[in-house]
Amino acid sequence: MLAFILRRLAQSVIVMLVVALIAFMVFRYVGDPIASMVGVDTRLEDQEIMRDRLGLNDPFYVQFGRFIGNAVRGEFGISYRLQQPVSQLILERLPATIELAFASALIALVFGVGLGVFTALKRGSWLSGFIMSASLVGVSLPTFLIGIGLIYIFAVELQWLPSFGRGQTVDLGFWRTGLLTESGLRSLILPAITLSLFQLTLIMRLVRAEMLEVMRTEYIRFARARGLSQRAIHFGHALKNTLVPVITITGLQLGSVIAFAIVTETVFQWPGVGSLFINSVQVVDVPVMAAYLMFIALVFVVINLLVDILYYVVDPRLRVDAAGGAK
Amino acid sequence: MAEPVLSVKNLTVQFPTRRGVLTAVDDISFDIMAGEVLGVVGESGAGKSMTGAAVIGLIEPPGRISGGEIRLKGERIDNIAPDAMRAIRGRRIGMIFQDPLTSLNPLYRISQQIIETIRTHLHVGEAEARKRAIKLLDDVGIPDAARRIDDYPHQFSGGMRQRVVIALALCAEPDLVIADEPTTALDVSVQAQIIDVMKELCRERNAAIMLVTHDMGVIAETADRVAVMYAGRLAEIGPVRDVIKNAFHPYTQGLMGSIPSLTTDLDRLLQIPGSMPRLSAIPKGCPFNPRCPKVFDRCRIERPDADPVAPDRRVACWLYPEVTPA
Amino acid sequence: MSELNTPGTAVPLEQSPIAPKPPGRIRQALDSDIVYSYTRSPVTIIASIIALLLILMAVFAPLIAPYNPFNPASLNLMDGFTPPNSTSFSGNYFALGTDHQGRDVLSTIMYGLRVSLFVGALATLFAMAIGISLGLAAGYNGGTLDAVIMRIADIQLSFPAILIALLIFGIARGLIPPSQQEGAAVWVLIVAIGLSNWAQFARTVRGATMVERQKDYVSAARIMGVHPIVILVRHVLPNVMGPVLVIATIGLALAIIEEATLSFLGVGVPPTQPSLGTLIRIGQQFLFSGEWWILLFPAITLILLALSVNLLGDWLRDALNPKLR
Repeated sequence: MLAFILRRLAQSVIVMLVVALIAFMVFRYVGDPIASMVGVDTRLEDQEIMRDRLGLNDPFYVQFGRFIGNAVRGEFGISYRLQQPVSQLILERLPATIELAFASALIALVFGVGLGVFTALKRGSWLSGFIMSASLVGVSLPTFLIGIGLIYIFAVELQWLPSFGRGQTVDLGFWRTGLLTESGLRSLILPAITLSLFQLTLIMRLVRAEMLEVMRTEYIRFARARGLSQRAIHFGHALKNTLVPVITITGLQLGSVIAFAIVTETVFQWPGVGSLFINSVQVVDVPVMAAYLMFIALVFVVINLLVDILYYVVDPRLRVDAAGGAK
Repeated sequence: MAEPVLSVKNLTVQFPTRRGVLTAVDDISFDIMAGEVLGVVGESGAGKSMTGAAVIGLIEPPGRISGGEIRLKGERIDNIAPDAMRAIRGRRIGMIFQDPLTSLNPLYRISQQIIETIRTHLHVGEAEARKRAIKLLDDVGIPDAARRIDDYPHQFSGGMRQRVVIALALCAEPDLVIADEPTTALDVSVQAQIIDVMKELCRERNAAIMLVTHDMGVIAETADRVAVMYAGRLAEIGPVRDVIKNAFHPYTQGLMGSIPSLTTDLDRLLQIPGSMPRLSAIPKGCPFNPRCPKVFDRCRIERPDADPVAPDRRVACWLYPEVTPA
Repeated sequence: MSELNTPGTAVPLEQSPIAPKPPGRIRQALDSDIVYSYTRSPVTIIASIIALLLILMAVFAPLIAPYNPFNPASLNLMDGFTPPNSTSFSGNYFALGTDHQGRDVLSTIMYGLRVSLFVGALATLFAMAIGISLGLAAGYNGGTLDAVIMRIADIQLSFPAILIALLIFGIARGLIPPSQQEGAAVWVLIVAIGLSNWAQFARTVRGATMVERQKDYVSAARIMGVHPIVILVRHVLPNVMGPVLVIATIGLALAIIEEATLSFLGVGVPPTQPSLGTLIRIGQQFLFSGEWWILLFPAITLILLALSVNLLGDWLRDALNPKLR
């Protein structure tokens, strides 16, 4: 187990280094850092002095090393646009994005698995046919249109739910949460649904396909030949086996949810890191772009690691093999 | 004469497909007596596994039993409600599948799978079920059963896993065990052991066995009677000794030629040219006629039924006149 | 079970009906099964008609659009916010109404479709070109090259395409001088979307290439000294065209949505050349004030376009490869 985790950790570090290299090249070579910091009328000699002082004339690897060192300490410089430390900007907005992402991942998981199992078991029924067709329409709909549609129905016409922002938030010192107030929770509903729909259809289709696959296996046939009840077969045997691959994909989807939040946050003016990123891309605010890239990569790497460990816990075959146990 | 454990009469299994209905099992009849081992032999696709699946009620849709009847100790079981059939499966009819590597759920411990099955069919508590499970594993020859019961399937070798499968099939003391190619996927060195364990345990419990295989050698060693299937039909059925010594159907004669033995001379090792027809293209008349060395005109037009031709022997071949039992 | 055997030519049952496809199978399939399954699927027929109509509308927009929405001379601010199916203050009729600047919504949709389809199609072609080349190279050479290409593809596939496209877009914006940005925007968009979608093609083509490479005729050609590129183009490529076509169709739908999303986010095509996404972005501003038509009609058009292309892709996948069903 320990060897397994260490190996995965090493792989994660390599991936992070590669992403860091890309982020560094964006940071260093897209636009001119000096030109972004000083006015046009600064003398060239002064710019050159500044360049030297900031280490921009050092060899590539020295600069990259410094970038990594700073990144590890969470320092990504000052945002060109907002003139604030990038790390502070991201930390301020992180709770909003994480709460949104988790709420929608939860929706996607619960409904995705539920509907997937339902459509697999009731393959012939009109309702599962309808759900499958609806899911195809669902993947064809751009996320932002779903968001606009929901705003129109529930905020403009019915006026049940707010259409933008986080509502009232409570500051817990290290975390500003919207989960503790009624307006905060109400504000979360529409964005969370919007963000979840794409992943929901994906998970549903995956669960359905896996479940159908598992239902065809010999051990399910054998379970039926042993006279086990439908319930024991479907939910005891089939579902558990279905969940092994589903965990992997779903876990990775959680990472996508955070990245996908860019669009949802824009539609609902949700003050998270996604909308911060989009605003930075519009004005080429390079430090923020580089930091966001590192942040997303970190999220993906951490999730990958967690998924691997979870996978390991669920599937006994991996456990024994990795421990070098009996055949 | 005692009542047979299993009685199959005129069983027909069909699969509707886009281009017509395929008949996988065509009008076959046979009985199995208590404690008897009936070998069902034939090439892949001859319908032997499908016959087993029909008996235990596990034909995959869209396939269905379209004719005939199946009786277990006199009661019809081919047309009963799914719940009633589920109560029979595992309880009164046990089944052993071909590949022990895939017939156990990899994510559950052996103990979970056996106890679950016992408790589905018998009203016993967890602790009692566990005790029985250990006893069963011991009976099928798993060493140190009390400890190994909590292992996962992948921790056992193929032969050991098939022993677990046998234990699972027998855990509610069924009247009939259907063994579908139980040794095909196993190492040659353990095949005989598995057959012995299965036969021994069934004899102790007086359970009948329907042993489906393509291996005439296994049948010769194990079965009391043998049914030979070809293209969904019964070609010949009779006591193993008689059929081996004196096969009637030309197809059986060919099959017998495929068991090499020290006493057969080379002339008897005959090959059957050609291969079995697809279900979608079964020829008119006797399905074997295109390959039969003794074919004559009638074989191409009329289909022979498996009729009695000698005491306790039936054969579907125009070479042999039907004998009405006196 | 597709083919039936005639009596006598007995074939063993075990022989798989889904045997590996010989070259030229696609052409055969086009003659029979594809057409058959097309005529049997009303949804597909409707989808293809809608897709065709939208494409025709886009291609002939300058000829059939009632107004030229981008000619400032023909615009009249007094025409702004005219509701659908009515005549404006200045006496012009607008079937789908006008936007805040008095532009005819129907005409802007036609021109917007043009931009959306142009970007979507070129981006897909670009992704296809990169994906096929890298996939062939990786599959044929194997080894380190294969490992590197596929590793990159794996990593990229685990990130959403939109994020990759945004990054590429941002970088390009930083590298291109501001004066040229507006003109280059469409091309930057095409490159960004194309680069974010190549991996799927590469994966499929690589898999098929590895299978083909094992076959005797490829070894024979190699021994005879035929140049690898010739082998790949002549023998391997035709065999992967089926799956590539499927991915390309679904990829086109994805590219159209991606373009719309980027334009909606305000990082896509310039406002002077609006695509459907831009129109929706504009329309969204008037959602609360009651001018729903400015948003609704472009949105419906985008949905119809994406959905019909997606349905075609889905059908194509089923028709070309029944095994996936």
